[in-house]
Amino acid sequence: MNAMSAFTGVGPLVRFVLRRDRVYLPVWVLSLVVLTYVSAAAVRRTYDTPVEIASYAVNMGTSPASIAMGGPPVALREIGGILIYETSLTVLLGVALMAVFTVVRHTRKEEDAGRVELLGSTVVSPHAVITAAVLVAAGASVLVGAGVTWSFLVEQQPVRESVLFGAAVAAMGIVFTGVGACAAQVMSHGRGAVGLSLAFLGVAFGLRAIGDVGENAWSWLSPMGWSQQVRVYDDNRWWPLALSLVLTAALLVGTVLFEGRRDLGAGIVPSRPGPPSAGRTLAGVVGLAWRLQRGAVVGWVVGIWSMGLLLGSFSESIQNMIEDNPTLAEYLQRAGVTNIVDSFFATSLLLLGIGASGFAVASALRTRSEESAGRVEPLLATGVSRARWLFGTLLVTLGGTTLVVASGGLGVGMSYALTTGRSSEMWRMTGYALVYLPAVLLLAALVVLLVGWLPRASGAVWVAVALCFVVGWLGSLLELPQWAADLSPFTHVPAVPAVPADDLALGPVLTMLALAVAALAAGWVGFRRRDIG
Amino acid sequence: MSTAISISGLVKTFGTTVALDGLDLEVRTGEVHGFLGPNGSGKSTTIRILLGLLRADRGQVTLLGGDPWREAAALHRRLAYVPGEVALWPNLTGGEVIDLLARLRGGIDHRRRDDLLERFDLDPTKRTRSYSKGNRQKVALVAALASDVELLLLDEPTSGLDPIMEAAFQGCIGEERSRGRTVLLSSHILAEAEALSDRVSIIRAGRVVQSGTLSELRHLTRTTVVVSTERPPDLIGRVPGVAHVVHEDGRVSFDVDTDHLDDAMDYLAPLKITSLVSHPPTLEELFLRQFGEQVPTEETVG
Ligand SMILES: Nc1ncnc2c1ncn2[C@@H]1O[C@H](COP(=O)(O)OP(=O)(O)OP(=O)(O)O)[C@@H](O)[C@H]1O
Ligand SMILES: [Mg+2]
Repeated sequence: MNAMSAFTGVGPLVRFVLRRDRVYLPVWVLSLVVLTYVSAAAVRRTYDTPVEIASYAVNMGTSPASIAMGGPPVALREIGGILIYETSLTVLLGVALMAVFTVVRHTRKEEDAGRVELLGSTVVSPHAVITAAVLVAAGASVLVGAGVTWSFLVEQQPVRESVLFGAAVAAMGIVFTGVGACAAQVMSHGRGAVGLSLAFLGVAFGLRAIGDVGENAWSWLSPMGWSQQVRVYDDNRWWPLALSLVLTAALLVGTVLFEGRRDLGAGIVPSRPGPPSAGRTLAGVVGLAWRLQRGAVVGWVVGIWSMGLLLGSFSESIQNMIEDNPTLAEYLQRAGVTNIVDSFFATSLLLLGIGASGFAVASALRTRSEESAGRVEPLLATGVSRARWLFGTLLVTLGGTTLVVASGGLGVGMSYALTTGRSSEMWRMTGYALVYLPAVLLLAALVVLLVGWLPRASGAVWVAVALCFVVGWLGSLLELPQWAADLSPFTHVPAVPAVPADDLALGPVLTMLALAVAALAAGWVGFRRRDIG
Repeated sequence: MSTAISISGLVKTFGTTVALDGLDLEVRTGEVHGFLGPNGSGKSTTIRILLGLLRADRGQVTLLGGDPWREAAALHRRLAYVPGEVALWPNLTGGEVIDLLARLRGGIDHRRRDDLLERFDLDPTKRTRSYSKGNRQKVALVAALASDVELLLLDEPTSGLDPIMEAAFQGCIGEERSRGRTVLLSSHILAEAEALSDRVSIIRAGRVVQSGTLSELRHLTRTTVVVSTERPPDLIGRVPGVAHVVHEDGRVSFDVDTDHLDDAMDYLAPLKITSLVSHPPTLEELFLRQFGEQVPTEETVG
């Protein structure tokens, strides 16, 4: 095929994708840029004296937990280094998620819905669909990078550094554009492609966390590491981004090869023949929902558990750091932190809880996606009532969410048990993690409320999850007003174990549980009386 | 009970779209009832209301003696449904889906299931993701036909089947009828409805415009006649009820209203008929008459 025909139809397709995403993409790009800008402004306000900056370098730059999150502590003795340390986690993860979702949404998910077939019959070249999706996702990544550069320039940062950081962010998005495109070929449906890409992102995050904390080469195995190894404000080197581009090129070549080798609608991983008749468990609504979601449950349990394990493993070095560093201990005492290890656990459990709500919301949204895919109709045409279908499906959401939330605490606890030799820590931490369960379930119940009354808007709960993350992770930095922080259910969860268990303010937790039940009931009222489809 | 389905004055709107506009339909117990209409006329909407999936805006609907909205789950154990667009769970195999749906309906006849799999030439070990449209439809058909139910609601069940499978399907419906089951069969394929249906209803723009046995409907329409005579039938066009006269090498073909058939014969007989072929209108023709341009509007409004 010559170059002309290889790209036939890409132009119109790009316009088509942009039109369909005229709300979706601007929301992604703007939220990431605004978040970066607001955080950067807040950092500049907070650390406005040399003394503050110096103590930041000592305190944060030596904390393994914050290195695991924020990246290698580079140039923390100047405000620019702090800006990057504080903003990079959110924007790097954010741009990667945006790229993955965008690419998969316009390739594999479209194919699942049978729309690519329709396009394929018109005058587009075989790779036009994927090319258009890649161009749009990469373009959006570049826009986010440009927005980040702009935020830094507005905060009076030097041009060279601002541009380099923006480029590093864009490179992260571009690599994950390639990851998403490739995964969309390998896996045989959209959900699987997103799952594989997110697993890749999790591994990339984990590798560089290990490498950054241990100051060793592990970071170099991770594309997220490359975007951080540019060492802005210090070495200011561009060449690590070449690695990102090489990997992207390799992924895209793989994408084209895979696409050429598979059939429309299938994955590279072939689907094997399965059982000719249903097993005993596939007999009811719950059995079906479990069958459909068990892969996601296992994936999330393993993912959140590993994150917990990783976070828990830093507890020992935090303890050592305090013992070695009296100024830090004093600083923390003044800040009102009585037990730094416990407050580290509290933060970890909070983040794991917010992470787990990703599963809860995705799982609750299955009720809607199954309906719009037309797969609820045949079920409700059997002896299954609407109530049995809805609550049966949500039972799997409830059980899965409980497992995912608990697994985060179990991971933290297992690490801690290994370092302390007290196996009881495992169960203690698991118990603490479950304190977050009602807040997570409240988000899932919100999905049900929307599925009942405004099914088309039910995806909006993802915005609530993002808000919870912003409040939980950046809330204190951004100095959000209390009412804004209060919007997140996680704000109201007692910060166990930093708050002692006997003081456990169970009131808010029970209130959240009651609210969740109320939202569920209200959702049901809407669902039972509306049209299906 | 002699009526399986009875609908009167059914109205359903989606926003500003009026999908059903005072629909009346009666399906008798034990009959195969063809439900015919062009795209977007409201066939699927009617069936979805019968299943309690959609809520009617106005009108009375009785299904197997019950209210399809309030008693949905209980009534559904007595019926099986094949949707027009069969969406299946991509990771499940065809066999698993068949068993699942049948179990949810209250049980499956294993002998019949295996027999149907063979007749429809369906591999139950394949993941439904890799099935073609026709094979997905077969999954839904086998699941429906293998259940022991009183009523089958089939929404264009053969739109993806090849002619051999179409024949297998017709065979199955014949068996269902002889077992006394009631079938509501929505279809585009007129030959199929013609071959299978005891009675048909023709729906257009959300209303049933014609309903009855095929012979009753034919009565309303024209018979096509091709005739050769010794003396040329030049004045055939003047006979009341005759239309579409075409003269070609000694033969003439024309359509005649069934009511005026004898007038046409009275005119032709003295001219010495040498050959005559007449056939009643096929459903295809009924359909075209009902919706095609060649028919005056007052007839289509019905
Ligand atoms: N959920 C819906 N929302 C809005 N409009 C709808 C919806 N479902 C059906 N309609 C409209 O109602 C009308 C009747 O649709 P219906 O699907 O019942 O037609 P049909 O006779 O089954 O057509 P076909 O032969 O193409 O299957 C159409 O105009 C359709 O666009
Ligand atoms: Mg239809």
